[in-house]
Amino acid sequence: MASETTVGAMPAGVHESHGVWGFTKAQLTALVLLVAFLAIGPFFLYPVFLMKLLCFALFACAFNLLIGYVGLLSFGHAAYFGMGGYIAGHAAKVWGLTPELAIVAGAIVAGFQGWVFGWIAIRRQGIYFAMITLALAQMIYFLCVQAPFTGGEDGIQAIPRGSLFGSISLSNDMAMYWFVAAVFLFGFLMIHRIIHSPYGQVLKAIRENEPRATSLGYRTDDYKLVAFILSATLAGVAGATKSLVFGIATLTDVHWSMSGEVVLMTLVGGLGTVFGPVVGAAVIVTMQNYLAEMGAWVTVIQGGIFVTVVLAFRRGIVGEIANVFRVKL
Amino acid sequence: MDEIFGIPAPLLFGQLLLGLINGAFYAMLSLGLAVIFGLLNIINFTHGSQFMMGAFVAWMLLAWAGLGYWWALLLAPLIVGATGVIIERLMISRLYKLDHLYGLLLTFGIGLMIEGVFRNEFGSSGLPYRIPNELQGAWDLGFMFMPVYRGWVVVFALACCLATWLVIEKTRLGAYLRAATENAALVQAFGVNVPRMITLTYGAGVALAALAGVLAAPIYSVNPQMGTNLIIIVFAVVVIGGMGSILGSVITGFGLGIVEGMTKVFWPEASSTVIFVIMAIVLLTRPAGLFGRA
Amino acid sequence: MEMNRRSLLAGAAAVAAPLSRARAQATTIRLGVLTDMSGPYRDTTGPGSVVLTQAAASEFGNRGFNVEVLSADHQNKPDVGANIARQWYDQGVDVILDVPTSSVALAVNQIAREKNKVFLNSGAATSDLTGSQCSPNTVHWTYDTYMLAKGTGGAIVRTGGDSWFFITADYAFGHALERDTANFVRAAGGRVLGQVRYPFPATTDFSAFVVQAQASRAKVLGMANASTDTVNTIKAAREFGLHRSMKFAALLMGVMDIHALGLESAQGLMLTESFYWDLNDRTRALTQRVRAANQNRPPAMVPAGCYGAALHYLKAAADMGAAAAKADGRAAVARMKAMPTDDDAFGPGRIREDGRKLHPVFLFEVKSPSESRGPFDYYKVAATTPGDDAFRPLAEGGCSLVRS
Repeated sequence: MASETTVGAMPAGVHESHGVWGFTKAQLTALVLLVAFLAIGPFFLYPVFLMKLLCFALFACAFNLLIGYVGLLSFGHAAYFGMGGYIAGHAAKVWGLTPELAIVAGAIVAGFQGWVFGWIAIRRQGIYFAMITLALAQMIYFLCVQAPFTGGEDGIQAIPRGSLFGSISLSNDMAMYWFVAAVFLFGFLMIHRIIHSPYGQVLKAIRENEPRATSLGYRTDDYKLVAFILSATLAGVAGATKSLVFGIATLTDVHWSMSGEVVLMTLVGGLGTVFGPVVGAAVIVTMQNYLAEMGAWVTVIQGGIFVTVVLAFRRGIVGEIANVFRVKL
Repeated sequence: MDEIFGIPAPLLFGQLLLGLINGAFYAMLSLGLAVIFGLLNIINFTHGSQFMMGAFVAWMLLAWAGLGYWWALLLAPLIVGATGVIIERLMISRLYKLDHLYGLLLTFGIGLMIEGVFRNEFGSSGLPYRIPNELQGAWDLGFMFMPVYRGWVVVFALACCLATWLVIEKTRLGAYLRAATENAALVQAFGVNVPRMITLTYGAGVALAALAGVLAAPIYSVNPQMGTNLIIIVFAVVVIGGMGSILGSVITGFGLGIVEGMTKVFWPEASSTVIFVIMAIVLLTRPAGLFGRA
Repeated sequence: MEMNRRSLLAGAAAVAAPLSRARAQATTIRLGVLTDMSGPYRDTTGPGSVVLTQAAASEFGNRGFNVEVLSADHQNKPDVGANIARQWYDQGVDVILDVPTSSVALAVNQIAREKNKVFLNSGAATSDLTGSQCSPNTVHWTYDTYMLAKGTGGAIVRTGGDSWFFITADYAFGHALERDTANFVRAAGGRVLGQVRYPFPATTDFSAFVVQAQASRAKVLGMANASTDTVNTIKAAREFGLHRSMKFAALLMGVMDIHALGLESAQGLMLTESFYWDLNDRTRALTQRVRAANQNRPPAMVPAGCYGAALHYLKAAADMGAAAAKADGRAAVARMKAMPTDDDAFGPGRIREDGRKLHPVFLFEVKSPSESRGPFDYYKVAATTPGDDAFRPLAEGGCSLVRS
């Protein structure tokens, strides 16, 4: 297996053994482009649209942590995304928490839920794992329909964005945008950091050959569970942020079709690539916006993309680009 | 004793019967999934859409060709099964050398497309389909009023499951199938056309789903999303049973139908979650499923 | 389809480009129909709402300003709906119409208020739109849960159905319908013998609940659920022979659902709507005018509401001046409330200060196949409640706009 980083990619004067935070030269270029886009994007694109995009990008990155680096396909990630949104919405609206605390609350509950579900689901692998996560997420959906605090099909409405740390008002779209961009970058870099830690190396070993990792003395189930919890927590952060952006938390975000959408985003962008989920989220979210007048064809088109990507295009957009330039992205 | 846990015994007995009927659909769907899984090693996410297609084809046969329920029972599985064969040849067969997760993603995408096309064509509120004249009416069993059609569903579903089991366990074709599941290359070396067998197996599994769809058409609303909610429950059923054995998936299907039926009497609000809870318990105690091989 | 190019424009507007202002010389009022084109409400709202809004615009004609109708699909996703609503309002859309699905409607309600535009809801059921969430920028035109409960519950008791059993979807909407209806049943002197709450949306087989209802020996089966669930409940109830001893009351069901179910199964069903195409000469005339554009079907209730609401808004805008109506959504809605309403779909009526449109409400009984003369000849009127009695009294809604 090729090593993640090459020595040549390491700029002079950096002491870490994996380059700048484990980024290769190509990845660093892509990161600079991404940050530049984040900085100038809101001046020529609609900020609310960009915020939505960033929330989904973070969600897809969290999902990618499991499929791309542990090889586990979760088909129920909407449960953590949606629950994060509900908890944050409830915390901000009913308990009056500041936005950052509301997001933390959403993340904690999503992470806890990930702990319980992960504990059950990692007993099986492959397609069984996918079916189990789907079934458990469906159970959460049913609970959210029935539970009083979610507001049933009305959802939680008029969630206040509040003031960051109690002092900086986020009601202005641009202020909110910078906050969301910061949350996204934090999550994105955190995932990258995790993958390039010694812990991340063990995850990759498990993905490549689990019996071998076990024989080397690693308790693989523990490693997988921690990855699951991290992924669920970050999905919760994404959902919580989204509910603050729009001021609403509803059943859409816990529905199984949302679990399917995040799979689609990651697949389109490139499974197991660092930037793929971001690109995939951008493509799918933009598509949904442009296709608002296409009616039921949206579902057909999404299905068609699934089929096309799986049959002809398995590396995804970023994966294909990386392949052409022979770099890792 | 005419009351059990505060529920009149006749009512309870009736509910047991209704649970069995509901279980018939779980059994037929999970049987189809198990047949496909056995040879292709993929989970057919399109199964719910193919169940729906079965019901719609029954409607089309009646509305466009004037062919009634009994023809539908014969033709709809053949037609939908044939579309399954095409899907397998054109798409699924390209993925056998890859991770099985790709098969799951592919069939999920196909399912989305089918559902979307049907919603565009037929709208979302559904289509009417009546119970055939021969099966109208009801029996008075003394303790309850039993529609003839429901009785027919149970008998027919049981017969289908039994026939499938017989084919797989007792015939030469079934022996090839089982052998190919264990070692496809070796069976191929004996001169059996394994790729064709795989294609036909997929078609047969799909046909089972369509047959369940025809059975459902007179009693449930025929609409494009009718298969989606059902299939997630069937996935849980499959996880509980483990997909190792044909008989296991049938027994689990009927059994869970009864459990769900009982929950509808004692705690109706929980009747949707009970199967998922059982799934969690089974995974914690017997990760391979009740009938599965580890 | 005629609407395609315009809706395409709407879609393009949804991301970045501002609407082109080709006819900038005259003032243009823009009506945006935000509806469900791809989900479960497509047949009862969707394209029909667009057609009927366009009918209102073209019948109104040009009285000193142009009218343009746009449409978009919110895919039943509140964030998609909110996104489109924000961008529409920012880019020159003055009125958003229809918006089925309560969660999306409540989100648009907030945005309209924040941006001082107009929101004319026809498709959503939640009575919160004129209650705790009422807004000076919103009119709720066609129906709501309270009116459905009252129209069905009280009226059926008066026709002799005085003992009820409910099959209820176990979530807020089902609970509200059951609770409100049960209150009206009791108020009219009836009794509720029991209820069963089933998990939503996970239930396809209703036989277990139907048998429980049968065992209760009630005279009326109340179905506090919607769309597919109601259809499945009715199918199961007929199969088990409940129609021999019970009346079926569907608390939320429309003419398109009856069409889907077929008269064979639906006959004898009682339900409440505020519009039916074959009510009187005016509704028949309207049907005649729009039928060709509406896929050769008569209009359903929610699209008819879009027609009435759009027409009344345009009258108010003409009355106060289009420029003034564009500039201040609150003032436009205030003018709508000040003027009496009158249209072919709902007849004369008025809009209350909490934003509730008042018009008569009908309890219908579904005809048997032999009574029906053809497709969509489905209803006969069983009872009529005048507009002032049909809706929730002003004082009970808790709307902050109402001065006590």
